[in-house]
Amino acid sequence: MAYDTIIEDGIDILVAGAGLGGTGAAWEARFWGQDKKIVIAEKANIDRSGAVAQGLYAINCYMGTRWGENNPEDHVRYARIDLMGMVREDLLFDMARHVDSAVHQFEDWGLPLMRDPKKGSFLREGRWQIMIHGESYKPIVAEAAKKSADKVYNRICVTHLLMDESKPNRVAGAVGFNVRTGNYHVFKSKTVIVGAGGASNIYKPRSVGEGAGRVWYAPWSSGSAYGLMIGAGAKMTQMENKIVLARFKDGYGPVGAYFLHLKTYTCNGLGEEYESKWFPQLQEMVGKEYLDVEASHKTHRPIPTCLRNHAFISEVNAGRGPIHMVTMEAFQDPHLEEIGWHNFLGMTVGQAVLWASTDVDPKNQNPELTTSEPYVMGSHATGCGAWCSGPEDLSPPEYFWGYNRMTSVEGLFGAGDAVGGTPHAFSSGSFTEGRLAAKAACKYIDDGKAAGIVVSDKQINDRKEEIYKPLEHYTINRNEVVAGTVNPNYISPRQGLDRLQKLMDEYCGGVTVNYMTNEKLLNIGLQKMKLLEEDLEKVAAQDIHELLRAWELKHRHLAAESVFHHTLFRKETRWPGYYYRGDYMKVNDDDWHVLTVSRRDPETGEYTMEKAPLYHIVEKDA
Amino acid sequence: MPTFVYMTRCDGCGHCVDICPSDIMHIDTTYRRAYNLEPNMCWECYSCVKACPHQAIDVRGYADFAPLGHSVRAIRDEEKGVIAWRIKFRNGKKDLNLLAPITTKPWGKEIPQLASVSGPTKEQRDSQLLYNEPKYIRMDEGGLHTLESNGLVIKEGVYY
Repeated sequence: MAYDTIIEDGIDILVAGAGLGGTGAAWEARFWGQDKKIVIAEKANIDRSGAVAQGLYAINCYMGTRWGENNPEDHVRYARIDLMGMVREDLLFDMARHVDSAVHQFEDWGLPLMRDPKKGSFLREGRWQIMIHGESYKPIVAEAAKKSADKVYNRICVTHLLMDESKPNRVAGAVGFNVRTGNYHVFKSKTVIVGAGGASNIYKPRSVGEGAGRVWYAPWSSGSAYGLMIGAGAKMTQMENKIVLARFKDGYGPVGAYFLHLKTYTCNGLGEEYESKWFPQLQEMVGKEYLDVEASHKTHRPIPTCLRNHAFISEVNAGRGPIHMVTMEAFQDPHLEEIGWHNFLGMTVGQAVLWASTDVDPKNQNPELTTSEPYVMGSHATGCGAWCSGPEDLSPPEYFWGYNRMTSVEGLFGAGDAVGGTPHAFSSGSFTEGRLAAKAACKYIDDGKAAGIVVSDKQINDRKEEIYKPLEHYTINRNEVVAGTVNPNYISPRQGLDRLQKLMDEYCGGVTVNYMTNEKLLNIGLQKMKLLEEDLEKVAAQDIHELLRAWELKHRHLAAESVFHHTLFRKETRWPGYYYRGDYMKVNDDDWHVLTVSRRDPETGEYTMEKAPLYHIVEKDA
Repeated sequence: MPTFVYMTRCDGCGHCVDICPSDIMHIDTTYRRAYNLEPNMCWECYSCVKACPHQAIDVRGYADFAPLGHSVRAIRDEEKGVIAWRIKFRNGKKDLNLLAPITTKPWGKEIPQLASVSGPTKEQRDSQLLYNEPKYIRMDEGGLHTLESNGLVIKEGVYY
């Protein structure tokens, strides 16, 4: 292939993927590494990339210690009960104790945060969320990252991490290609902070055709955080903890501000309250520990998000759908009506488009809700991601190997969706994790841990050949058929994605099987995943844009394979409403009050699974 | 939907191509104007709509569930620090005009260059503090939360 090879050498910190996690990392790295070379490689344009590209109407993680509202341990308690016990409390506490400083900085930079006119504090839409005018949230934080970085490479699809050849299991940079010029980019770096995204579109979406792009999480979040790290042999945790969202139907419009600020509520198709009817049955499945309605009133322990999904799904299955959001009362207040619309325009414009096109005026009609297809990510109400070290003052020995947010691969750090076991970080927490990783990466370098890194030309050339193979495969085989997309020698990236989505949907608990799976289904699915992996060697890209899609698909496939192995390993339904193991329906705290950890051998592709102890640092209730 | 480009308004400047997070706004080689080459990977994020200097890009709801005849338009102005929205319903019964701030400060001016602030001390390096902390955490003279300060201990093998 006639593409140039462009080598950027001598990098200290490479930030791969600059959404909220990556921008936080690049920004903070400059303070701790004043003379260090900081480079960003971003798949899109950092001004509008990542999940926050179109904006956010709320910052969903803010303690408010300044106003005496919450302390970090309160947040640990909240996230732990929401995830039914399974979180890395050290990482969560650490994120929570730093997150306010990120938010206060955002305000200084010009992000419009709404204030409570009476109290003077930030206007809340619930215990953890504050409301903002966040249309330009991403461009503002991108500006901060650009000020700190030596160089920003936009439009680089990072496909692989480079590995050090002088010391096993140590990172040495990354490679990828420019989706505009096609050039091959090599970044030799002492450390890499992965700020890439979680995985949308690995499950079959509810919508078809054009609508396949109207998913809840960004379609460009292609699981690269996981694809890159799994490919490098990093240990992963909680990959079975996929998330299902209850959202406004078809548009995936957010419901948080509606419930919490506008005080709307849900009812079934008959206009009845349905949720609490399912709690007794549900309590039998999960135990009183995780569903104690009385305690949730007394201590503000929330009903876990997945359990509310369970009630929703069960009610629809009982034939009493659709589930409606009762907006007709709140929207009679013109101020609340305006907030309702702004909420969409600031973060999910598609929902406003949908209501305008279907003449749904929530003032006169209660709109429908639905549950989404599953997603694999680490910063919303779910905690998939890499198994990372915690900070030295909070972590027990099993969770601590010296550098905060460093994965099990030396010199490889994570932030945002990349870090496992830290749900409820959202945007501000992801940015904060990036900052923490950046400080630790600087320390790692200053401690001399990155000395003597070797990357051979062979490794660089082998990767180059591998990256461009789909283009070559297309060129060689395209003329065997007259025209069209059907060829016996290859599949296109879209065809491969369709197969992955069907497979995940039907065997790994997607929406068309009501989020249900079992051991038999998972094993069949895994066999089919192997066949898909073989076919992905024959994926064909007719241009650079399709080459981008081909690599996104390969990252999605790695993430999906990991989800399969984790779901098979955890023999219980820990999060009913996110997914169900039909053969182990009950939560089993005796055997499974543990974190699950996997590693894929980069040479053989074999998975090893283990259980890791779950440590608690916070007492049950305040 | 997704986005589409009006033939008579686009001059092929490429702002949308530069900003699209999904890499789907491309320049058509025949017409030398932009177009959406992969609607089923478009998120309706409006990044291209906001970036277009000629308002040449618009959005139509996804064909698999959205009927024709509606409109949601946006004009974003960084100088004034606002974004204006207009939502027109299909049946013409609702026509909303909404305005929201996008920044409270002159664009980018309030973000410091960390290369020019004085570097960290050894004490800061050895602590758990980040840049501008503890001041920016609590802004009440309070320090960083630790296990000890918050009366916590790590409990091994606790099942509850």
